[in-house]
Amino acid sequence: MDNESTYSGYSYKSSHSRSSRKHRERRDRHRSSKSRDGSSRDKSSLQPPGEPLLDAESTRDERDDNWGETTTVVTGTSVDSVSQEDLTRITKDLEDSTPLHCRRYLGLTLAAILGLFAFVTPLAFLALPQVLWRDSLDPCGTPCEGLYISLAFKLLILLISTWALFLRPPRASFPRFFVYRCLLLALVFLFVASYWLFYGVRVLEPRETDYRGIVGYAASLVDALLFIQYLALVLLEVRHLRPAFCLKVVRSTDGVSRFYNVGHLSIQRAAAWVLDHYYSDFPVHNPAVLNLPKSILSKKTSAFKIYSLGEENTTGNSTGQSRAMIAAAARRRDNSHNEYYYEEAEMERRVRKRKARLVVAVEEAFTHIKRHQDEQTPSSPKHPREVMDPREAAQAIFAPMARAMQKYLRATRQQSYHTMESIINHLQFCITHNMTPKAFLERYLALGPTLQYLDHGRGRQWTLVSEDPVTSALRQGLVFSLKRPDFALVVNVTPLPFLALGEEFVDPKSHKFVMKLQSETSV
Amino acid sequence: MTCYIPGQPVTAVVQKIEIQKLRQGDRLILGFSIGGGIDQDPSQNPYSEDKSDKGIYVTRIAPGGPADVAGLRVGDKIMQVNGWDMTMIKHYQALKKLTKPNEDVVRLLVTRKSLEQAVRGAMGLQ
Repeated sequence: MDNESTYSGYSYKSSHSRSSRKHRERRDRHRSSKSRDGSSRDKSSLQPPGEPLLDAESTRDERDDNWGETTTVVTGTSVDSVSQEDLTRITKDLEDSTPLHCRRYLGLTLAAILGLFAFVTPLAFLALPQVLWRDSLDPCGTPCEGLYISLAFKLLILLISTWALFLRPPRASFPRFFVYRCLLLALVFLFVASYWLFYGVRVLEPRETDYRGIVGYAASLVDALLFIQYLALVLLEVRHLRPAFCLKVVRSTDGVSRFYNVGHLSIQRAAAWVLDHYYSDFPVHNPAVLNLPKSILSKKTSAFKIYSLGEENTTGNSTGQSRAMIAAAARRRDNSHNEYYYEEAEMERRVRKRKARLVVAVEEAFTHIKRHQDEQTPSSPKHPREVMDPREAAQAIFAPMARAMQKYLRATRQQSYHTMESIINHLQFCITHNMTPKAFLERYLALGPTLQYLDHGRGRQWTLVSEDPVTSALRQGLVFSLKRPDFALVVNVTPLPFLALGEEFVDPKSHKFVMKLQSETSV
Repeated sequence: MTCYIPGQPVTAVVQKIEIQKLRQGDRLILGFSIGGGIDQDPSQNPYSEDKSDKGIYVTRIAPGGPADVAGLRVGDKIMQVNGWDMTMIKHYQALKKLTKPNEDVVRLLVTRKSLEQAVRGAMGLQ
């Protein structure tokens, strides 16, 4: 956040000092920017308490918009009051700190230990008789060597496939255990333990001399391990590939929705799947876009103030108040839809105008620069062209388009996502790869997916809210939601319909046509 | 009406009808509508006996118009217009032959079933 404060601060300041705007627009922007950064609210002289604290205590509908106007002094609710910026900083620190990082790797280490143990077991089965009672073993020639070879290759295949399938750093940490994985680990443990038990009782105790049988026994263990791995492959990877359910994912703040097809998954795995696709499909959540309707709707409720004059009973008072207000508002002619329509049209026109200016400015800026060929002899000694690297070239052509870009970003309320530094970086990138101005602009003309604005290295904290236990499988009518501090994703599960496909044979010779015109013209 | 065999000459009993075109504004109208033609669907023709007959038929007569006055009737098959053959012609070409702007009079040769029956009856009596 620190490196973008210079740019975005400039944009906020210029919005205040613009005096050529209409009076209403200036008042609206002033009011909306006041509500945006809570710490700069200056309705009274003292530092007011942060908005989040009040929001947690009182419900949204009872909060009166003119809360501060009738009071003269506003004090904090606690001694150490926290402003909004402090709060965001604290939550971000919580995300940054990794208190339980090791929890992510606990399951992995357990599985690794068990896998290693299972891998070493056949070798131990083979080695122990040789070490302990080599002299009394039956000599075993060619069949044993054949079994050795097959054993070696099977172990190699087991090792490679385990590395390929299972040894990956997990990308998500789930709230509950993963049922199938636990099942498989328990199965492997049971297998190996029972084999060891049998081996210990029947081979180690009586010092069995039939070495070929022992080698065959070790080979059968490796076969069993390969089959367990096949089972793991089917349960963990393949079962959820065939689509069986359709998930509808809706973002709660602005209603952007997508439909996805998934297979049979548990709720937590489906949540991880949805989040994978959320980061690349959904446009980034822009809280600034939601501010528009409030400035129009709030005018309605502020028209009537209800005073209670000497009434003693307070129970029915609030309902009576709100009912009277609603009745009065309904009786008044409702013009807010008109204002909303005109405001939307005006904003759209403004955005289009600024977009046109931006496109022209960028096109013009790109004509100032040209790729330098090495074989070219200098054209004239009077104008020696200085050769620049991409960074300097980007900085050189950024200046003419900076103002148009800044105004456009402010009109579409994207200014918090793009700092000057990031724009120059992107410009440098586009110049290096010979992109046209239109390719440079695609990043700014439409809000991209969230992944584009993510800085890597930080984990993302999501909360899964569900009425059913999160390890239960998906079924029809299930609803769960994934929450973040700003917004939530609500997921609705519907099964895909059963398709009954029929067959109809069409003879290729049956395609024949006749004229069907029947026109009647008057003469 | 005789059924039409491609390549064979057609014989029919025809009546000569002379229609004077009426000037209406800047158009010359005749006061009837035609249907049929070799590019049309002959099975839709309600007036033809043989449903494979692709000739030009009169489908509507404006009451009191020049065609009505001249004696044209609904269901007549037009065989010739001013000497141009109408039995083997496309629909729009027939239209052009009827609505030539520099002609004031069209002389049609039309045939209908009642004509044939009348002639046969007359011949049978003799």
